[in-house]
Amino acid sequence: MPLDERSTDASEHAGPTSIDTEEESDSGNHSRVDKNNNKGEKQRPPLPPRPKAGLLQSDASPNSPQSVKGLRPSLQSKPTTALSSVDIQTLSFPDGSRGTFSTPGSRLVSESVMGLSTGTSTPSGKASRAGIDMDDTTSLISYAPTLRGNGDLESLLDSGLDSPSPAWKLLSTQSEAANPFESFEYEGPSLHSFDKEFDEIEAVDTKRGNEEELLIQWKSKLKHYIILSSAGKPIYSRHGDQNLINGYIGIIQTIISFFESAKDPLLGFTAGNTRFVVVTQGPLYLFAISKLKETDAQLRAQLDALYMQILSTLTLSNLTHLFTNRPNTDLRRPLEGTETLLSSLSDTFTKGSASSLLSALECLKIRKTQRYVINNTMLKARTPNLLYGLIVAGGRLVSVARPKRHSLHPGDLQLIFNMLFEAGSVKAGGGENWIPLCLPGFNNRGYLYMYVSFISARENAENVAERPSTASSVSQEDEIAILLISAEKESFFELKEMRDDIVEQLEKNGSMDIIKKAVRVGRSSATEMVPGTPLRHFLYKSRANVQFTMPSFSPDFGSALARRKLMNLYHALHASAHAKHAHTKVIHCISTDSVSLVWTTASFEFYCIAGPNTSRAALAQGANKIIQWVKREEERLFIIGGAVF
Amino acid sequence: MATKGPVGARGPAGSSRGGNSRFAQFKLVLLGESAVGKSSLVLRFVKDQFDDYRESTIGAAFLTQTISLDDQTTVKFEIWDTAGQERYKSLAPMYYRNANCAVVVYDITQASSLDKAKQWIKELQRQANENIIIALAGNKLDLVTDQPDKRAITTADAEAYARESGLLFFETSAKTSENVRELFTAIAKKLPLDQAGPRNPRSGGRGGVELRPENTSTQGAGNTCAC
Repeated sequence: MPLDERSTDASEHAGPTSIDTEEESDSGNHSRVDKNNNKGEKQRPPLPPRPKAGLLQSDASPNSPQSVKGLRPSLQSKPTTALSSVDIQTLSFPDGSRGTFSTPGSRLVSESVMGLSTGTSTPSGKASRAGIDMDDTTSLISYAPTLRGNGDLESLLDSGLDSPSPAWKLLSTQSEAANPFESFEYEGPSLHSFDKEFDEIEAVDTKRGNEEELLIQWKSKLKHYIILSSAGKPIYSRHGDQNLINGYIGIIQTIISFFESAKDPLLGFTAGNTRFVVVTQGPLYLFAISKLKETDAQLRAQLDALYMQILSTLTLSNLTHLFTNRPNTDLRRPLEGTETLLSSLSDTFTKGSASSLLSALECLKIRKTQRYVINNTMLKARTPNLLYGLIVAGGRLVSVARPKRHSLHPGDLQLIFNMLFEAGSVKAGGGENWIPLCLPGFNNRGYLYMYVSFISARENAENVAERPSTASSVSQEDEIAILLISAEKESFFELKEMRDDIVEQLEKNGSMDIIKKAVRVGRSSATEMVPGTPLRHFLYKSRANVQFTMPSFSPDFGSALARRKLMNLYHALHASAHAKHAHTKVIHCISTDSVSLVWTTASFEFYCIAGPNTSRAALAQGANKIIQWVKREEERLFIIGGAVF
Repeated sequence: MATKGPVGARGPAGSSRGGNSRFAQFKLVLLGESAVGKSSLVLRFVKDQFDDYRESTIGAAFLTQTISLDDQTTVKFEIWDTAGQERYKSLAPMYYRNANCAVVVYDITQASSLDKAKQWIKELQRQANENIIIALAGNKLDLVTDQPDKRAITTADAEAYARESGLLFFETSAKTSENVRELFTAIAKKLPLDQAGPRNPRSGGRGGVELRPENTSTQGAGNTCAC
């Protein structure tokens, strides 16, 4: 079984008294550590009769949810592009909250976010949701946080701001159209040194005696990822070379081992404003140090992704074998050359990635009929040894061809996208590539082989076969990659032929130009989607498709720092929406520099942000309009079903 | 490869084209320790580019380059640029199995890299196509032009080894492109361009070390290299 059986299954549990309440059994914590979360599905109570005319169902593709449902027991994993069996009953704002839920007891014990006002869980796993009952007539409610996340959420979820003070109102009238993070000092974690976060720390030079100075640099980093073996051998560190941090590695090993030997594994601790989180995976200790106020669950998910990257290089079998034979193994040698992959993955997390936060994928927006043509082109060119075929443009999926019985895990795709678009090595090679890799979500014991070829979206149609230059300024946003994955290691030339076939057909039927154009245009801004919207940015995750969409970061969040601030806010919102006992569906936060809204239903998660003076009504209306827009554009924004063979 | 038939085996696919122009396609594989500059050599040869900082190759990259030996003769190389890390070692036979020629690269500033190169050459001579043409390339020549003390392997030593083992030999610099084209041209000239047969003792290796027919190889096992 895949290690990371996803917890994105939206299983429904409706209480006898509420008809409209839809709730996820597990509020979508995407940590891969959740192994038992599908238990909740097996125990689901019989559903009361309910209307079947959900908004989403009218949009369903020919693969109706029911037919997919029939297949699901045989699926190894949760499909990412297939429809899943979520019955959507309502899209209105949730009202009642008296339902009973089965809450699987598989949550991370480490979670430092504690529910304060929720009911206690009974052994049967049912929790009543006292404390957050809301007035039925209120469609949008902001209220004091019912949970406490590391204490840091207080600044974001300020209870006193429901009715702004007269002075505040006065101030608000002064600048109706203020943008988020514009006029006020951000109150979150200190990001003063964020621009230096990714600077390399030079090597220790004993002659010059620069160690002290380097340690100061090292300590000023906001985020560290350190991987070591349980025997204390360093494996990877994002910052600082081994000579610099050897002492710390020893300390970390001592601390973790102490708790391990007491059969009471250490999960995390706090020192000042820094959070330390530990993940133990067999012979490996993964350690994250963050001053960015991420929650334990989020840091844990990041460490898990790094672990998956290691498995992707070695496979679990090899890793286990190495350490069984020699517990003292120095893993740096077998991992040689993949440090850049670990680092680019780390930096993606540090910069903030919506994709990893939501555990979902983003697709290139093209017309449904255009995608249909591309899907068919892939299917027609398919060769016998093909397992998965993907066309990816600028890190966004264009088309997926996959066997009926297999799906792709977001985690696996994250590793692939990281390798191809974030780390430079494959792209810089300038040719076609044949890459053995393990996709841990698919099978953590064996290798698959991936054919990769890049096409620049900037180039003219004649010259697509070869990339123009390696050192060019072509950014990842302009790269189109064709990925063909096979379990057969000798199928390079077969897949190469398939690729040539696909490219030729896409050129012929005009799809290549459509893709290139869509890539060049990029994401549109929120205002382009809904003119006049007060929203400056949003994330919309379609739970059924495990995909998300968002507008461009520019103009308001163009810089890396602004983006990190935005992601900090999203992380905080995500954490409060997914906190252990929080069956919250709407969170409205007002802070001095922004207002934001979270809205979760069984079919989507929606996060948005607007300028600090936006009224609640305007925000709600803006959110509604965006969601309506997404619904309208659903089949352009998301890959529904994909090319299945 | 498997389903398409032995692609590389079409090897000396010298096919006459037109009147007296000749075109041949060969499969070439690059082997050697990691970070000796295999990818840089290929990139210099194929695209005439060089990056000072390169990340490690992951898996293998496949590139092609066509060169003209003279007015009538065109040679197309299908190049497998392999990753040098130990963990990819078991995949190497897939790339050299049907290769017509191989470039084994070492770093002239790293003594250990020549040992690794020798291992590869041994393996090629034992397991690869018996007619395979092997070239030994000592890369990073640019590093020692300014600082001769950086050199860890003398030209004479490497050359002697190459002669002994029947290899073409060049010291190259992907950065300055010194000897890069010469290396590949020498290989092309040594390849059996005529369909006549696999053993076409075409003398070439301009600037390189001549193979001595029937040389006594120091390698224990099996066939020595071509000719």
